[in-house]
Amino acid sequence: MSANLSASDEVLIGRIAQGDRLAMQVLFARHQVRVYRFVLRLVGNQAVAEDLISEVFLDVWRQADRFEGRSAVSTWLLAIARFKALSSMRRKPDEELDEETAGAIEDTSDDPEVAVQKKDKSAALRKCLQALSPEHREVIDLVYYHEKSVEEVAEIVGIPEATVKTRMFYARKRLSELLKAAGIDRGWP
Amino acid sequence: MNKTNQKMSADDLEALLPWYAAGTLDAREADEVEAALSADPELARRFDLVREEMTETILLNEALGVPSARVMENLFKAIDKERKSARAPAATSGLGAWLSDLFTPRAFAFAAGAAAIIILLQAGVITKMMLQTPVDVPSGASGSGFETASACPPTCTEPGAFVLVRFAPQASIADITRFLDSRDAVIVDGPRPGGAAGMYRVRVAEMALPKDELEKVVKEFQSSGNLVSLAMPAP
Repeated sequence: MSANLSASDEVLIGRIAQGDRLAMQVLFARHQVRVYRFVLRLVGNQAVAEDLISEVFLDVWRQADRFEGRSAVSTWLLAIARFKALSSMRRKPDEELDEETAGAIEDTSDDPEVAVQKKDKSAALRKCLQALSPEHREVIDLVYYHEKSVEEVAEIVGIPEATVKTRMFYARKRLSELLKAAGIDRGWP
Repeated sequence: MNKTNQKMSADDLEALLPWYAAGTLDAREADEVEAALSADPELARRFDLVREEMTETILLNEALGVPSARVMENLFKAIDKERKSARAPAATSGLGAWLSDLFTPRAFAFAAGAAAIIILLQAGVITKMMLQTPVDVPSGASGSGFETASACPPTCTEPGAFVLVRFAPQASIADITRFLDSRDAVIVDGPRPGGAAGMYRVRVAEMALPKDELEKVVKEFQSSGNLVSLAMPAP
């Protein structure tokens, strides 16, 4: 996120703290999709993800006056979203969660092996990304898709910065292993 | 060696490749990674792998779709509900808020100041009227006035020290009598009409008192609880 947009987000939060409904609409329109996708990747259920992002933005409405501006608004949003997603997952039985997670994201691509046979390396890579553990998937999403710095990932996930780097390394290493198992040797690590 | 000029190891640099690809490194780190990529073909090859991962991660996330309109509807329904419930108590508690504002220390100080000014003005008016009020005007003479058997005009030479007193409405005759007896005081005039309505002239000493002593007596009257509502030296 650009510095200008980040500063603009802070202005919006200030207005929301004063009860400005329009500012809330702008902030919601700006961030809802990314927050939704982040939550959906965690909980694996569209309806649950939609309910959770409503809760996330309602929390923003209620707590805007407590936002201290020490981090970007988008980082604050993802941290709230992550907390709500994990709380929601803890409330559900494991079996139900696994089943939902497995079927949540519609994937029409072939298995990695089949994809490789079709020489579709991109599809195989996407398949392997989905096969990563939630922990690894989360850090990869935050870095590559949500464009979060090491410090911001540490804040969202609640781990030290050094652990962020290590976790990212092992996530990528695992990805290479999955690809290798699917017949694609990237020559790393 | 401080952090700004400390060189990163090859492993550190490689670990930063994902953030370099996303453009989220600070300028110093980005410069170091960039220099390393130019100098190390193997690192550059690994960076290509990072870029592939990043591209596919973005595609994967973009394929997740967007939330339905239901989310926004539900959110703003909830927000509007909270706004309404937040406004409702504010409207009904208007009187309470007004009262609490009224009883702030600042408001009290202002009220006390205003009351002091009013009392001084009232005392001034009363004094002026006492000086101007004709007493014992012979019947049929011009001007209005009133007569009391014991009245003494301001200019009379009746010896003694005098205080003008307005007794509190709730004070009973018995209480007032006890109060005056305890101080050897006696009502010699009143009640006064007009601007000094309800004021009594009370003799508090047989002989004239020095100013400071008379003021002390006035303070005693003023601090007599709920019997006296106003007391001041009589001219």
